[in-house]
Amino acid sequence: MSIFAANEIAIRFGGIRAVDAVSFEVNQGEVFSIIGPNGAGKTTIFNLISRIYQPSAGRLFFQDHDITDVPAYRIAGLGIARTFQNIELFANATLLQNLLIGRHCHSTVGVLSQLVFLPAVRREELKHREKAEEVIAFLGLERYRDTLIANLPYGVRKVVELGRALCIEPKLLLLDEPSSGLNVEETEGMGFWIEDIKKDLGITVIMVEHDMNLVRMVSDRVMALNYGKVIALGTPDEVQNHPEVVRAYIGGEA
Amino acid sequence: MRYLFKTDYRQDMKLWRHRGDLFWYGLLVVVLLLIPRMLGEFYIGELGGVFIFAIAGVGLMLLAGYTGLISLGNAAFLGIGAYTNSVLLARGVPFLITLPVSGLFTAVFGAAIGLPTLRMSGLYLAIATLSFGSIVGTVFQKWDAVTGGFDGFAVPTPYIFGVPIEGANGIYYLSLAVLIFVLWLSANILRTPLGRAMVAIRDSEVSAQSMGIHLARYKTFAFAISAGMTGLAGALFAHYVRFLAPDAFDVLLSVQFVTIVFVGGLGSLHGAVLGAIFVRLLPQAIAIMRDELPFGIGRMPGLEPSLFGLVLVFVILFEPGGMYGRWIKVKHWFQAYPLKRRTAFRRQKSYARSERLR
Repeated sequence: MSIFAANEIAIRFGGIRAVDAVSFEVNQGEVFSIIGPNGAGKTTIFNLISRIYQPSAGRLFFQDHDITDVPAYRIAGLGIARTFQNIELFANATLLQNLLIGRHCHSTVGVLSQLVFLPAVRREELKHREKAEEVIAFLGLERYRDTLIANLPYGVRKVVELGRALCIEPKLLLLDEPSSGLNVEETEGMGFWIEDIKKDLGITVIMVEHDMNLVRMVSDRVMALNYGKVIALGTPDEVQNHPEVVRAYIGGEA
Repeated sequence: MRYLFKTDYRQDMKLWRHRGDLFWYGLLVVVLLLIPRMLGEFYIGELGGVFIFAIAGVGLMLLAGYTGLISLGNAAFLGIGAYTNSVLLARGVPFLITLPVSGLFTAVFGAAIGLPTLRMSGLYLAIATLSFGSIVGTVFQKWDAVTGGFDGFAVPTPYIFGVPIEGANGIYYLSLAVLIFVLWLSANILRTPLGRAMVAIRDSEVSAQSMGIHLARYKTFAFAISAGMTGLAGALFAHYVRFLAPDAFDVLLSVQFVTIVFVGGLGSLHGAVLGAIFVRLLPQAIAIMRDELPFGIGRMPGLEPSLFGLVLVFVILFEPGGMYGRWIKVKHWFQAYPLKRRTAFRRQKSYARSERLR
């Protein structure tokens, strides 16, 4: 059963077709990876899904609802969370505050009751805190709970960003290069977490990734892009040995 | 050194971290309540002015320090609050109504200026708010049917339950009460989703959006709450100066507010209060010392603005945390003595370093 579908989506920046009539479906509970050389349009697809860009053509469907015209700030509430390639955490807030900001879309109390801190606000804050603590325990971030993000090492920040996305309690998780900047061991750790997220939490994952070891380790299916077009789609092994993919990466006769 | 042993999530929601904090804040309030019995009228008046500027400082702190939106137009909000309060009082509306109304009315203005500037940031936002300030200043001058124009406007004495709020003592207690209220409101904002959304917008708009934060809504809210608090300060300011003239609310006053926020320390409520103390008391200190200084320096024109500028430059260069940041460091030095580490407050700058978890 498909949880997410992109139907012939396209976007242009000036004369460049960054994404050109790309269609794919993501099944419930799978890890779906998008690979491709630099500038192939992978992150652009993420920005289209999280509604930061408006596609010039095509439709996006999430759980059979058309989300092509949903504003960006509603996406989290629908159950789509994302991380960023270059870490977009709130650097001057503590780790705990970052996770609690991830709970924002679950907040139901009104502005006035927050201003005077009614008991209802306190109760809701406690619930958010419990969920944040669950995520902290899941990712083993206890010792950094009250540390400013600006003082955390890069590898930890990468995990915090994953945690913040998990606080949204998403049904679909978009991971933009989860291994970039990590060393081999950290990358492997990230792979285990992605497997846990899929198996234990039942969250569907779409991942943009360059590290083929990580892609082979966690992916159920892989889509390869080049110049904004799909050149291969299938199991990791099929895609990796696909002649078009080999040509896109290594080059060869056109 | 005190180690906090946390056993309950509610501990992180409290307004004070431990009983020590509660004790010192309580003592501070008691001392502030008793001060009018100990000091002369002049000092009470000056402290009232400090409280009023602290209220305006807290207002700008929420906007500039926590939401990351700079405003050079907050003097206009102060003016709107001052005129709203005075004009309504002169029309016979009781003070207990005019005070909140001047806050709310100014908040509406804040929201109105927030909306068109949603896509702006940094310098462009500063210029937009600056021009808003000068437009409002012109309105104060030209709309003499309501504001009295350049002739000024004598502010009527306010009454609370028939008791006149007069003299330095009256303004002092009233401003202290409003300041405590505003600080309580801000602390509530900062411990709820509202304040976290503001911090999120300050640090990364794109990811705030992806976390489900409606940027336009929260930026407008930040402008409204900032303007509302400044409007309250304005209402008190009217009674503090007792005679409103349109040129009191010029850009120099806005710059003073910005100075409060920067010198006090961006991103802390303590900073807003410390900054207000600094900004209000420095001119007085200069005035007192003027006679002691050699004639050439003491009578030099522009001594005050140049000192302000110099301090601002030094703070930005050497202590970006402002007065509150410095206080934290001093406190840490005493708490950790003799084990202070040179690197305790040094930010990690390298991005390449990485660390294994567990």
